[in-house]
Amino acid sequence: MTSENQAFRLAGRGVVDRSKTFSFTFDGIPYEGFAGDTLASALLANGVHLVGRSFKYHRPRGILTSGSEDPSALVELRTGARREPNTKATVTELYDGLEATSQNRFPSLRFDFLAVNSLLSPVFSAGFYYKTFMWPASFWEKLYEPMIRRAAGLGRAAMEEDPDSYDKANAFCDVLVVGSGAAGLMAAISAARSGARVILADESFAFGGRLLAENRTIDGINSAAWVKAAIGELSSLSNVRLLPRTTIFGAYDGGTYGAVERVADHLVKPAPGQPRQRLWRIVAKRTIVAQGATERPIVFGNNDRPGVMLASAARSYINRYGVAPGRTAVVFSSNDDGAATINDLANAGISVAALVDARPALPDAITARAEALGARIFAGGVVSDAIGGSRVKGACIIDASGATHTLSCDLIIVSGGFNPNMQMTTHLGGRPQWRDDLAAFVPGAMPKGMTAAGAANGSFSLASCLAEGARAGSAAAADVGFDAKPIAIPASDEESNGISAFWHVDRAKHKAFVDLQNDVTAADVALAQREGFSAVEHLKRYTTLGMATDQGRTSSVNGLAILAQLTGKTIPATGITTARPPYSPVSLGALAGEHRGKHFKPTRLTPSHNWAKEQGAVFVEAGLWLRALYFPKPFETDAQTTVIREVNGVRNGVGVCDVSTLGKVEVHGPDAGKFLDRLYINMMSTLAVGRARYGAMLREDGIMMDDGTAARFAEDRYFVTTTTVNAIKVVQHMELCKQWHWPDLDVQIVPSTDQWAQYAVAGPRARDLIARIVDKPFDVSNAAFPYMAVAELTALGGIKARLYRLSFSGELAYEIAVPARHGELLMRTLMEKGQDLGVIPYGTEALGVMRIEKGHVGGPELNGTTTAADVGLGKMASKKKDYIGRVLAERPGLTNPDRPRLAGFRPVDRAARLRSGAHFVGRNTEPVAANALGHMTSVAYSPSLGHWVGLGFLSGAETRMGEIIRAYDPVRGEDTLVEVVSPTFYDSEGARLRV
Amino acid sequence: MRISCPHCGERALDEFSYLGDASVTRPDPAAADAADAFYTYAYERRNIAGPTQELWYHQAGCHAWLVVTRDTRTHEISDVKAAQDVALERVNSTTGAA
Ligand SMILES: [Zn+2]
Repeated sequence: MTSENQAFRLAGRGVVDRSKTFSFTFDGIPYEGFAGDTLASALLANGVHLVGRSFKYHRPRGILTSGSEDPSALVELRTGARREPNTKATVTELYDGLEATSQNRFPSLRFDFLAVNSLLSPVFSAGFYYKTFMWPASFWEKLYEPMIRRAAGLGRAAMEEDPDSYDKANAFCDVLVVGSGAAGLMAAISAARSGARVILADESFAFGGRLLAENRTIDGINSAAWVKAAIGELSSLSNVRLLPRTTIFGAYDGGTYGAVERVADHLVKPAPGQPRQRLWRIVAKRTIVAQGATERPIVFGNNDRPGVMLASAARSYINRYGVAPGRTAVVFSSNDDGAATINDLANAGISVAALVDARPALPDAITARAEALGARIFAGGVVSDAIGGSRVKGACIIDASGATHTLSCDLIIVSGGFNPNMQMTTHLGGRPQWRDDLAAFVPGAMPKGMTAAGAANGSFSLASCLAEGARAGSAAAADVGFDAKPIAIPASDEESNGISAFWHVDRAKHKAFVDLQNDVTAADVALAQREGFSAVEHLKRYTTLGMATDQGRTSSVNGLAILAQLTGKTIPATGITTARPPYSPVSLGALAGEHRGKHFKPTRLTPSHNWAKEQGAVFVEAGLWLRALYFPKPFETDAQTTVIREVNGVRNGVGVCDVSTLGKVEVHGPDAGKFLDRLYINMMSTLAVGRARYGAMLREDGIMMDDGTAARFAEDRYFVTTTTVNAIKVVQHMELCKQWHWPDLDVQIVPSTDQWAQYAVAGPRARDLIARIVDKPFDVSNAAFPYMAVAELTALGGIKARLYRLSFSGELAYEIAVPARHGELLMRTLMEKGQDLGVIPYGTEALGVMRIEKGHVGGPELNGTTTAADVGLGKMASKKKDYIGRVLAERPGLTNPDRPRLAGFRPVDRAARLRSGAHFVGRNTEPVAANALGHMTSVAYSPSLGHWVGLGFLSGAETRMGEIIRAYDPVRGEDTLVEVVSPTFYDSEGARLRV
Repeated sequence: MRISCPHCGERALDEFSYLGDASVTRPDPAAADAADAFYTYAYERRNIAGPTQELWYHQAGCHAWLVVTRDTRTHEISDVKAAQDVALERVNSTTGAA
């Protein structure tokens, strides 16, 4: 590196660590900075002010602020998969090897073709989204949108998957302190000394807030040194958690706060196992908002030129980072704090060409100091325009008499006063209050448990920040039961805080920007007002003022002040837009945390999943579960061949299907039967012990909720099953019925889906196989254990088991259940012992084919719009009792005989394929919606019948049996003649079940 | 939002699921006007700005249904009771009156 390196670094100033030099690049050019720098301070140390091009007009942009409110110093950070657009250089912690790139420039930052957008500015004026691109509509996709995407917009997102991981954590505390400036530190110490659990969070990597940025004295020592001592004490206390690099981005109900901790953003890449960021959910009994205040710019011509900088930012760069932001400055202020910046500039060796203050009279001390520095003083004057393109070269000043002066400078320091950072106090609906004496909004009524202290509360002087912080901290701790007293307030040096509201130089010759990030000018605000958008919320949407990633922190109050001037209203009468979370942008990665890809939802595997995987099963997601869809043989080239083989295997021999995912619930207690009677449409209290019954339950509105079986193992002990997807919902419904509707019933509900591994063993040889599984002397003969019998027994040599003679397939069938841990053993044993019987595993696809052949309803029929009568279960409904859904199921609309009812359908041309979703219309009727009679819900190729079969809902199904109608599928362009038949295609007498 | 479950203590919102108004109860199915009463019960719900009683379910906890008194304007929760206790009181008071 040459001696040119860090030419703007000031000797002996700032809290950066000069023993640690970091190399970094910006647009490929290598630079050096120090540990403790931000990217912005390191760029400024190297004299780099031009860092990007603007959103609409591609104007050169620089570094306006030193914090997270910056609207313009946005860069792309890193490369490849870690490339991150719109990163604020002002808060990006410098690290060795950092790579940053400027955004929105073409082909280069200095020379940008699209800066001609500035010449097209009438096109991009207020409301351009709404006006310019309205017509013709077809132009939008082909012309306007690509053009806007090319011309406007900011950085580029990475195109590869994010290689980093993100963490989530919860924390609880008595007192949460947000911000670690004078008020925050005093609050944290006051609360912590009482023993309260304190969390102190600051968005910066260094605690101290403005105390690092100002050259102030507290208790006789420099403010930065005082911070060091305060943090030393806090970090020694076990009841304090310090969270640097952590933004509290939102306040939520019940004292809950969202925070993002940038764990490894300051590293080239996270260490192995280290998350990039951590999303905190902090629950705080009390919260102290001590986030300070944000300085506002004054709106004047070319106020967006690199080299225009907020006074507080200039002081940060000088005092915290030891960087001179320029050589010659013009200071333009409306308040004492801004004007006093001449002291810091002078201390840094920056010459002050002029002090321009909108106020006609300045405090004597400031005037005297300016005179001593040889600065020209323009009291009652304004800077009307900045001169220069990619860097400020001078300032155009209009003095109190109206005369114009042009001065050379490379820095224009601006201060229009401060806006308290009280966004958090309004996240839950609180409205800020206007204070004329401060020319600023301050927090109004705050949510329970929240207070504001220091500059965030409108108390701008250091002395008041220290005192308010101490009071707030001890009050918060005392409020939650700690014996807390305010700590002694340290002495601080004096200051003056006079201000006179001043927003906008109306005599500017050039574009005067209100919102630098969205390129909204004072003229845009005026245009919006002329066009009738004079309510603040309308102004915001119409001009996009304050809608960018900076949330309008430097622009919104200026925008509404200009609007107020135009409408002749006061600022409080004009109102303020609502601040909503997040306070500053939060990456989607942090919000997602570990929930990405397959981790978004857990995958549930059945106990014999590994066995199925070994068999080469193809799986399907059923809710959270993975179920075997079918088990292809190596020589089978398509799924249908496999499914046909599986169906035939069951119908002619024996097959085993894993049905462990079915919802399972134990219902115990003396009133269990009575309870189930009220849940199901059919009687369950009359079920004999040792028997099972199919049952259906309704929602209270009379629509089918779920179906399954109930088995009774003892007088007071039932076991019911639900469909796989409704397992959780049905338990919740049962609990509601038990706890809320009928609390006097003596019944207990225990979900046991995960406790049992359950297998359907189906086919003519099923009994032979089951007999080899259950322990002797259990008798599986038809006489001893008939259709719908159930029993508790042992199997596989002493393993607790349950046996049910249930059939979904229509064949002689059993379901056998063992405790989940024995599921895989049971499956392997079934396969082994059934080898000579030709046993095969079958999946849910074959199961589905067989249920359609049998006319059993499934998910496509129980679709949330059908009643029990619609799905052919009307006769099952008991007339002797009440049950959930009975009354409303009898509404005329639901009992209308024209309602589509379940029927079976087979193609007239037996070779034709059926399609679910096809609409039914009469044979000689035009296929339009008005003539629709219903639709097909489930179809399958039936290996047992040798042609396609379908289930569906058809208006007047009972009277149309044998009729030929059209199944019309406009989506696939198919039109098939089908015959209306009974939904039971296979073994309609049920003879095969009962053998 | 945080809800204090009478069984489990104060827990975060994501452990609970919401059902609806707890100030309405399932009508008498044997009453002469049952059809109208059930219609009103199932479909006609008020949308109150202010304190409401709501049914919440502690899904990721003890599986208790809760009657939560919440102000819809502020989300402030002023009371949480086990629904079964509230329901038992209701049942006992009706049987006592009869
Ligand atoms: Zn609970």
